[in-house]
Amino acid sequence: MEKVIDIQHLKKSFGTNEILKDIDFSVNKGEVVCIIGSSGSGKSTLLRCINLLEKPSGGKIIYRGQNILEGRHDIYAYRTKLGMVFQQFNLFNNHDVLSNCVVGQIKVLKRSRKEAEEVAMKYLDVVGMSQYIQAKPKQLSGGQKQRVAIARALSMEPDVMLFDEPTSALDPEMVGEVLTVMKKLAESGLTMLVVTHEMQFAREVADRVVFMDQGVIAEEGTPEEIFNNPKQERTKEFLKRVTR
Amino acid sequence: MSWKWLTRIITTYWPMFLRGAGMTLYISIIGTIIGSIIGLLIGTIRTIPKPNHGFGRVILKIVNVILTIYVEFFRGTPMIVQATVIYYGALLFMGIDMNRNFAAIFIVSINTGAYIAEIVRGGIISIDQGQFEAAHAIGMNHIKTMWNVILPQVIRNILPAIGNEFVINIKDTSVLNVIAVTELFFQSKSIAGNNFRYFETYFVTSIIYLIMTLTVTRILRLLERRLDGPDNFNVIPGNQMQVQKPESALRRKQHAG
Repeated sequence: MEKVIDIQHLKKSFGTNEILKDIDFSVNKGEVVCIIGSSGSGKSTLLRCINLLEKPSGGKIIYRGQNILEGRHDIYAYRTKLGMVFQQFNLFNNHDVLSNCVVGQIKVLKRSRKEAEEVAMKYLDVVGMSQYIQAKPKQLSGGQKQRVAIARALSMEPDVMLFDEPTSALDPEMVGEVLTVMKKLAESGLTMLVVTHEMQFAREVADRVVFMDQGVIAEEGTPEEIFNNPKQERTKEFLKRVTR
Repeated sequence: MSWKWLTRIITTYWPMFLRGAGMTLYISIIGTIIGSIIGLLIGTIRTIPKPNHGFGRVILKIVNVILTIYVEFFRGTPMIVQATVIYYGALLFMGIDMNRNFAAIFIVSINTGAYIAEIVRGGIISIDQGQFEAAHAIGMNHIKTMWNVILPQVIRNILPAIGNEFVINIKDTSVLNVIAVTELFFQSKSIAGNNFRYFETYFVTSIIYLIMTLTVTRILRLLERRLDGPDNFNVIPGNQMQVQKPESALRRKQHAG
């Protein structure tokens, strides 16, 4: 299987506080990987290190055979290959829905406006937001914002989609619409790396589940292995806490 | 106050008042616009993330020190002193006999720039960090992030403060009479010197200043409202899509592809 991203011995500390300790981990093409674990275990930091929103303190991130932490790699070109969906949506407040999905394509990928708008409409259709292209972010509900954010990331046509707790800031009744979209994306063969607290989603959709605890990957395996037969004591304890 | 004098001053000297008011508006409009551009540029430079490499780091550090000196100097001295020092200084040490109107615009611009640089800094700090991260995450560099995402929001947010600067400039251009710029205050001084009717003359002057500042305030309020855009938006019909069922959209996409 082709590895899209291969992470070796990744470390990250904030001052003396070591958040990630020697992470080895890879994502294969077409695979859906869910990262679970309690707050402060380093899951979000790992995701943010992968697209360099946080600068790793050590280790390698290998993308297409190249260590992007080495030398003067074009991090801007690299980031366009990773679609990021944030917990807080972070839609551009000064752009309407369509423009949110278009601006990156035009300014970064140098696509023509016409092409960019076609691509944007295609993905806004996928997330069911094509009717709202004239709306400003402040006029949308949380679930709608997050679906636009997903379309914005998809519009860049990345190799991997990174989801950083995409439903954690949503009202319970809006979690469903976002998860439905993500499920469909997973079925369409998109490579996805999802940090989530939605155990049901991880169980149903993931090809592989990674459990993180205190800055290390404590256990990884198929959803059955992790949810039905966890080997580690701390995995069992975590699952007991979250699936009460 | 005599009404007779008041009307006589207005009817006799209205072209001078008008020219003076025109010059005042001209200097303060251009000065505020150039000052705003200076402020936005400085704000952008000051928020450049620290580069990793030694050379760029040193350059940035030097630039930042220069910018800090600039801001502190022009905020910390009165404009009337700056005008005198710059105008006569250029003449004395560099032999440059500046056109007075150019000197006026130059002084107002760099003075306003220093204030607006600080306003912009505050505006940038107030933008949610998530906006920067989202822009970086789709591959925008610092300039693209600032230009397409951050500064449009900053400008909207600091518009009231820029309007404030504009109003201050309309009033403070009066100090430029020390370098004999023929703005409204200078003209009033000439008129009063002609007729010795100080109160009536400056009463008319004050009314003109008030009309200018109030008009500017109203226009800026309108501009703000325009920038905010409409409160409502249209749902585009025709492209009916069940919000909860994106699978139909995907299926359609696969059919199309």
